[in-house]
Amino acid sequence: MTTNSSAKASNAPVVPHRPHFSSVDEVLAKLGEQGYLADRATATTVYLADHLGKPLLVEGPAGVGKTELAKAINGAIDADIVRLQCYEGLDEARALYEWNYKKQLLRIQQGNATAAASGETWEDASDDIFGEEFLLSRPLLTAIRRTDPTVLLIDEIDKSDVEVEGLLLEILSDFQVTIPEMGTIHADRRPFVLLTSNATRELSEALKRRCLYLHLDYPGPERERDIIISRVPDVAPALAEQIVRTARALRAMELKKSPSIAETIDWAQTLLALGINTLDEEAVKTTLGVVLKHASDAAKAAGELKLN
Amino acid sequence: MTTQAPDATVATGGLLSHLTGFVDALRGTGIPVGIGECIDTATVFNTVDVLRREDLREGLAAVCVKRPSYRLAFDTMFDLWWPLAVGDGTAIGSGDGEGGEGDPDNPELPTNADGEADIEAWRKMLADALLNGDTDLLRRIARNAVSALGKGAAGGGRESYYSYRVMRALSPDTLVSQLLAGLLKGADKGGMQEAVARQTIRDRLAEFRRLVDAEVRRRVAEDRGKDNVAKSTVRPMADQVDFLRAQSDDLAELRRTVHPLARRLASRLAARRRLGRSGRLDFRRTVRASLATGGIPINTYHKPRKQHKPELVVLCDVSGSVAGFSHFTLMLTSALREQFSKVRAFAFVDTTDEVTEFFTPGADLPTAVQRIGREANLVWFDGHSDYGHSFEAFEEKWPEAVGPKTSLLILGDARSNYRDPSLATLRTIVGRSRHAYWLNPEAQRMWGSGDSVADRYADVIDMQECRNAAQLAEFVHNILPGA
Repeated sequence: MTTNSSAKASNAPVVPHRPHFSSVDEVLAKLGEQGYLADRATATTVYLADHLGKPLLVEGPAGVGKTELAKAINGAIDADIVRLQCYEGLDEARALYEWNYKKQLLRIQQGNATAAASGETWEDASDDIFGEEFLLSRPLLTAIRRTDPTVLLIDEIDKSDVEVEGLLLEILSDFQVTIPEMGTIHADRRPFVLLTSNATRELSEALKRRCLYLHLDYPGPERERDIIISRVPDVAPALAEQIVRTARALRAMELKKSPSIAETIDWAQTLLALGINTLDEEAVKTTLGVVLKHASDAAKAAGELKLN
Repeated sequence: MTTQAPDATVATGGLLSHLTGFVDALRGTGIPVGIGECIDTATVFNTVDVLRREDLREGLAAVCVKRPSYRLAFDTMFDLWWPLAVGDGTAIGSGDGEGGEGDPDNPELPTNADGEADIEAWRKMLADALLNGDTDLLRRIARNAVSALGKGAAGGGRESYYSYRVMRALSPDTLVSQLLAGLLKGADKGGMQEAVARQTIRDRLAEFRRLVDAEVRRRVAEDRGKDNVAKSTVRPMADQVDFLRAQSDDLAELRRTVHPLARRLASRLAARRRLGRSGRLDFRRTVRASLATGGIPINTYHKPRKQHKPELVVLCDVSGSVAGFSHFTLMLTSALREQFSKVRAFAFVDTTDEVTEFFTPGADLPTAVQRIGREANLVWFDGHSDYGHSFEAFEEKWPEAVGPKTSLLILGDARSNYRDPSLATLRTIVGRSRHAYWLNPEAQRMWGSGDSVADRYADVIDMQECRNAAQLAEFVHNILPGA
């Protein structure tokens, strides 16, 4: 098979990286405009990732706003988001690129028919079928090739098989993809790459070395209260405070699934919809299902909060 | 990695060597920092406003700390290498303690007539700060309290700072009932409100303790030089904490590390089992699918491979001497129990009982452990470990538990109180199993000392030292998937 280098695949250096943010405070303000109340640590890390042009690995328990952070950055830099949702069994063909076999086959069959007439040889045909037209680009290649501002979100990387990490290394360090038949495709414009992980398995050192690292945990009580108030503006601050404190008590219980921020927001909305404005035993008992999703958790919480 | 050229900014030799010294110190505590990351730390200086200390801290952390368990060691090192600079808001670090440099936000901390600290007034202020969750005030109290109350003799005629002295003088734990009353504001005691309020108080007390600890580290570093402190103050990381020597503080920390670890191990086992799932070619499906591509079999289909389901039998010593370890291993057992269909768990002190049923999927672990203590029949004679009798009881009552498909895992320190170790019984059990491993929470050099029969058992069964979470992770990684 001949290797066919397109003009794009020349060894041109990556276009200098242009940062989107000029200061940590600007990150805070812009994420705030998107409704994401970040703490200073998060903002600093985002700012650094933006400036160094490095991927950002965000790790932490489920429901602390890792994916939301990607969406907020996306909004803040006015980009489009390309999302790769990882799962067990994810492979190159789903993550990177794939050849459109059926179309290639059609091209060959049609070629056979006309070959006699036009004198087309196999070399011509084989050059042809490994061209742009037959390439199906999947999220990673798509993100590399986009020329508009892009946020590449690689979600739940810990759910994928170990091989996928190997696949990512070239993209994360050099922002390029090598396709054996076509050559190397460089990013014209570096996407803002965000990887999220729930830490269900240890990621490889090689992957971590290429990324900045942010460990996102449940926010402090004041910030969580502010988040609830910003998302559910009608909620009374006192009720938000009660929700946060109760949620923290629940999180301290070592449940199978601790209430996430999204769930405390849901809780606030539920209480509001039911017209409940103090969180007493009765209110918690009727609405516990909003925050706890396992029967054993609910039983344990009811016991420890002395609801019965 | 092509980023901005680290040109003029890091040319200052002093700063650069300070930075590399910092990175070396991080490596010294066991945080792996690669060369590329070392370069990135220099770029961090180029990028963030170094006068904002917290920005610098988070920036360096983002580059150097790739695992949450490293964070405490990193913070310690950061505090030592970049001690509090003036200009981040509060007037501190001058070392003269008693605050109140004419700053209206920093009220005079109370002293009594003799010019000594007025403990009652401090406690009142602390109670107010805890009640209102006022972090700034807490931080200020912590700083001043350390310099006023935390000093003590360190031996060799020198003085040092200790957080326990601060905690003893202020004894914030005795404020709980007062805080509780304040938080409940007249609501009923005993109900949910109290449970929630107690958690809030626990959170805030922990915060205060953290602030005091940080301040103590800083003051000690000022006095004794960072290199000395770096060697002595960094606590071992949670996954390096010895199971048998874990303090209650460590245990809480260990639980936090172990919980995801157990889950991670379980998911790793599951992943290994599912890998290579494609078996023989499914000819029929492949040919049918090829019709769509003109008879060319582009996609092949495979029959799922027959799964070899490993059976696991766990035998766990739950006597008092290995309490920390056994709690931890029961945690692991429960994780495995949820992952495999066939796990049987047995616990023993001086006789054995099956405890599998306590680990039904979804069961709550602390409750399960309590029920084991209450309901399982583990004591036969006097409640001191007796490995020999336990093995005999196991062999007698459950001879069918261990068969040619079974992996056997024994957890315990092999301290049998000078009783008959019953080696022959163990040899029989091990001989019948497919694999057998023994995890011993004692250091290998202690095996065979005193009443330990570990070295004799080690002749019969593959015994491994497993003193901390890291070693356990290594064991599971290396061995269990082959079960």
